[in-house]
Amino acid sequence: MATPPTPRPTDSGDPQPVLEAQGIRKQFPGVLALDGVALRLFPGEVHALMGENGAGKSTLIKVLTGVHPADGGTILVDGRPHVFADPLQAQQAGVSTVYQEVNLCPNISVAENVLIGREPRRFGLIHWSAMRQRAAELLTELDLGLDVTSLLGSHSLAVQQLVAIVRAVDVSAKVLVLDEPTSSLDREEVAQLFTLVRRLRDRGVAILFVTHFLDQVFDLCDRVTILRNGRLEGEYPIGELTPVTLVQRMIGGELATLDQLSVRAHEEAAQRATSEPFLQARRLTRTGSVEPYDLDIHAGEVIGLAGLLGSGRTEVARLLFGADSADAGEVSIEGRKVLLRTPRHAIARGIAFCSENRKSEGLVGELTVRENIVLALQAARGWTRPLSRTKQDELARHWIQALDIRPGDPEAQVRHLSGGNQQKVLLARWLLTAPRLLILDEPTRGIDIGAKAEIQKLVARLAGEGTAVLFISAELEEVLRLSHRIAVLRDHRMVATLTNDDTVTPERLLTTIATGADS
Amino acid sequence: MTTQPAKSEAVGGIGRRLAGHRLLWPALILLALLLGNLAFHHDFFSVRVRDGHLYGSLIDILQFGAPLTLVALGMTLVIATRGIDLSVGSTVAIAGALACGHISTAAHPGSVATMLTAVALALGVALVLGLANGFLVSGLGVQPIVATLILMVAGRGVAQLITGGQIVTVTSAPYKMIGGGYWLTFPFAVLLATALVAFTGFVTRRSALGMLIESVGGNPSASRLVGIRAGGLLALVYVFSALCAAVAGLMISSNVSSADGNNAGLWIELDAILAVVVGGTALTGGRFSLGGTVLGALIIQTLSTTVYSLGVPPETTLVFKAFVVIVVCLVQSPVFRAKVLRRRRTTTPRSHTTAGTAPQQQEVRA
Amino acid sequence: MSTGTASAAAGLTRPFATVSPRTRTRIPLIVTAVLLLVMFGVGSVRYEGFLSAQVVLNLLIDNGFLLVVAVGATFVILTGGIDLSVGSMVALSTTLTAWLVESHGWPLAAVIPLVLLVGAASGTLMGWIIHTFEIQPFIVTLAGMFLARGLCYTISTESITISDPTTAGIAQTRLYGPGGLFVSIPVVIALAVLVTAFVVLHHTRFGRNVYALGGNESSARLMGLPVGSTKIAVYAVSGLCSALGGVLLTFYMLSGYALHAMGMELDAIAATVIGGTLLTGGSGFVLGTALGVLVLGMIQTVVNFQGTLSSWWTRIVIGALLLVFIVLQRLMSGRRPAAD
Repeated sequence: MATPPTPRPTDSGDPQPVLEAQGIRKQFPGVLALDGVALRLFPGEVHALMGENGAGKSTLIKVLTGVHPADGGTILVDGRPHVFADPLQAQQAGVSTVYQEVNLCPNISVAENVLIGREPRRFGLIHWSAMRQRAAELLTELDLGLDVTSLLGSHSLAVQQLVAIVRAVDVSAKVLVLDEPTSSLDREEVAQLFTLVRRLRDRGVAILFVTHFLDQVFDLCDRVTILRNGRLEGEYPIGELTPVTLVQRMIGGELATLDQLSVRAHEEAAQRATSEPFLQARRLTRTGSVEPYDLDIHAGEVIGLAGLLGSGRTEVARLLFGADSADAGEVSIEGRKVLLRTPRHAIARGIAFCSENRKSEGLVGELTVRENIVLALQAARGWTRPLSRTKQDELARHWIQALDIRPGDPEAQVRHLSGGNQQKVLLARWLLTAPRLLILDEPTRGIDIGAKAEIQKLVARLAGEGTAVLFISAELEEVLRLSHRIAVLRDHRMVATLTNDDTVTPERLLTTIATGADS
Repeated sequence: MTTQPAKSEAVGGIGRRLAGHRLLWPALILLALLLGNLAFHHDFFSVRVRDGHLYGSLIDILQFGAPLTLVALGMTLVIATRGIDLSVGSTVAIAGALACGHISTAAHPGSVATMLTAVALALGVALVLGLANGFLVSGLGVQPIVATLILMVAGRGVAQLITGGQIVTVTSAPYKMIGGGYWLTFPFAVLLATALVAFTGFVTRRSALGMLIESVGGNPSASRLVGIRAGGLLALVYVFSALCAAVAGLMISSNVSSADGNNAGLWIELDAILAVVVGGTALTGGRFSLGGTVLGALIIQTLSTTVYSLGVPPETTLVFKAFVVIVVCLVQSPVFRAKVLRRRRTTTPRSHTTAGTAPQQQEVRA
Repeated sequence: MSTGTASAAAGLTRPFATVSPRTRTRIPLIVTAVLLLVMFGVGSVRYEGFLSAQVVLNLLIDNGFLLVVAVGATFVILTGGIDLSVGSMVALSTTLTAWLVESHGWPLAAVIPLVLLVGAASGTLMGWIIHTFEIQPFIVTLAGMFLARGLCYTISTESITISDPTTAGIAQTRLYGPGGLFVSIPVVIALAVLVTAFVVLHHTRFGRNVYALGGNESSARLMGLPVGSTKIAVYAVSGLCSALGGVLLTFYMLSGYALHAMGMELDAIAATVIGGTLLTGGSGFVLGTALGVLVLGMIQTVVNFQGTLSSWWTRIVIGALLLVFIVLQRLMSGRRPAAD
């Protein structure tokens, strides 16, 4: 690693930060997304911004880059306060962003993508040859040899991401925000990206790096700011953290004492291990989303999927439900090999899936509670075999009562319900199909404590009644309480499957998540 | 269907329920239009029986509005799936041309059998056209507006090809019945349209079709995850739309006993879209209201009648329609509501629901 | 490292991309050009008098106004929008021009700027509504279509024939070139519009913003491009072009009539699509649109020369071509990266 030309903050202590945010507050309807968050970025450092779901990372980035205005607090660039009304103003002040999804236009050339909006002009017209030359220079400076006249869309996502960085740096060379730039890249591509990032750092650019990959943080970053639940958890030099302490600070400290919801039936688990699993996945994989994994799920068993946000938890579930189709590997259900290409295939075999995105992938907001509840059953029957209205009302009433959905009006539009009640509607939808395997992706996120406890109890009861449950949650406590076995994911890889006996402590789970090794 | 607003001053509970009812505004607009006409023509509401047939301005509105109602009926289901069908005007022309062409060359143009074959022919071809649209939209994934544009362009040519560029006139009493006849003192076209609307309402609401269509239009990705086969549904609504248009085409050509490949059903697709939107079904898909569509079609027909009776050139109806379109769309636009009505309820700012930022939204909500 | 990245980049491209995307965007254009040549070739072999430069020039004389309108439509379609109001706008312009010149005796020099202003202003208004209230372009321009056509009728329900000598003089002027070939003044104007549009689209920031907007609107916004003003401007350009097209049509028909240019919005869209512009926006060439207009004109010419073919075959063939091109577009764009 080259010696940086500017002093590192960790070395000297107090050079002036190029960007400093203080006391940032951001309120969304119903949720305080950021509450007095602070962040400092120094020239020539790569600074990681870490946090789990709901921590406020994305909101903070949007505030820093002018996408959302802040409700309170100040942003200083080079010590002077700034208010960003839109991304353009942020760029003009020296803050540029590269998003996870490439935010360039695939239909125009590489050169244009680098320079559009700032094209060199001659007599009022675009000076094409100067533009190509300038773009080529910029790319060469960062060791990217591309044909600048080629269409951006003809290059891989990784290369597009690099071009996006070149653009961002040329727009404003002070602060570069990289918002999960690596999530869809393979290892080689990530290495390429890192080379570029280091080069920029060495030129004195301050880089804010958001990622879910722990290795990348330790690989690349100098300091880390951790957010939790919309608040600043702390700012640390990377040397002061280990993967375990980092994860601990992201997830929270209350891991010491856990009451077990029910007595773990070890014998039961041992018995199951010999019996035939309901579902068996072997070397199941999808490029760019999850590496090959094996998983057995028995009837009456709760499998917890633990791992950080972006570790591939959801992707594992989506493959089992046919929401995404696998590139390779096979799935057997009760010993028979099956192809799960679409959700219909999975549903027909008794698999149900509650997505973590209740609004976009779960409920149909305009429809009523009753309609949302019967939707899956009705879809399975096809439109020609309708459930009678009486039957629908009966089902809706039953499940509204069983899950205590409020308001109890089956004809209320589901979009007006609270998060917890929406989650229950989603659960009701699948429970009435009497699934053999229920996949719950973050079923307790964003809902109140009472509803959370109810859902946890429901999961335990369902398992007791013989349903297999795949339970995904960011909360280790929840996973430990409910699961018979826990599969741990890290950086899109399933690194361990632990039987949840007395030896599985929160610390052990944490270590596995953080390091990938089951100590 | 226009009786609902009459009782809105009744007891509080009913009044409130009516005020919130989605058909309230279309019904009020229709009522206002009708009353406006009454102010100009005092016999506007009078319905007489002559020769055993009902006569009167209201009956005229119903009769001339029947084809539009049918086209709008099919369009409603298409729009509910987030689609649009621009080809219905061409289908209207093709259906009329086929039927009249068949009757005019048949051995017994006046026989019922000839009429039935003509109708079957028209419906059969409409089925094929609908399937073609459905295939482009659901099979190839072409945007609906683009997919149906093709038939919109080519269809008129096909209709003229069938009629040989002439206006084909037919003399067939059974055929005349469809669009110009009377049955039990009522115009047959009105009865037919009513029956088809009732049938559609029955099928969509009694089977699960309506709910599944609303689900697919309301949230396509959730619908996929719940196991709904959207492809078949999409193809179905385009076929249904083409069939409705074909029946409308039969009515129009039957009413004037001739087929005009060039002008039959000209711009009816736009009137139909207008009727659907005025009736309260949003262009963004989801919830649909067949009752609203019927009201919308009647509003547009009444508008035309009114303009006629005012003595201004009938074509100036277009100016009124333009304002109706804009007003209705503005009222339906969430941004407009937020800006003008200051009733912002959405939790996430609309302008940022774009590809680049979508993945982070979940965090905002959490 | 430099070469390493390049080769890595090459290796990482999707395997199906045997044809580069740039070439792929040009395939429809090439198909159209070949089609035009084949039609001309076949026509020349089959029909006497077909093989002459004047036939080609006549294509321009008979379709100059459509070319101007289609150029405007190309701007809108490149951003991924659609403008259904152009045909009606053309009709309104003919009516307005004829009415002011004939019934009010206004000089042409005052009428034309006014008509152009009306076109640009109504386009701007539609663009503003589309952008500000996030309403689909198709429904807003549909209202514009109704409004413009309706306004024609409020001006006059009859065709207004122009007898004004200046207008007639301009209309009948033939500009002779070598070999007795001639074009009309509208052709020159149409070609000037085409060249201007080409320069604007390919050599100005506004033009490039149009492409960027069509490629990915949210990206364009995040890149700090003026998305709103660009969007409004393309509809203004389209309005302006249709008004100018209307003026040219007035010269061609020497009359103003509400029934002029019926369905011209479809012709304009068809010409744009056949000329290789993606209806989803972001890809296409205004010169392709010119080829598309020539193809439409050529179909008409062939139908005329054939004699036994009736005029409706024009529509059917255009529809068939649209089908082919749209399916072609779909199959090719379906293979693009999932970025959009």
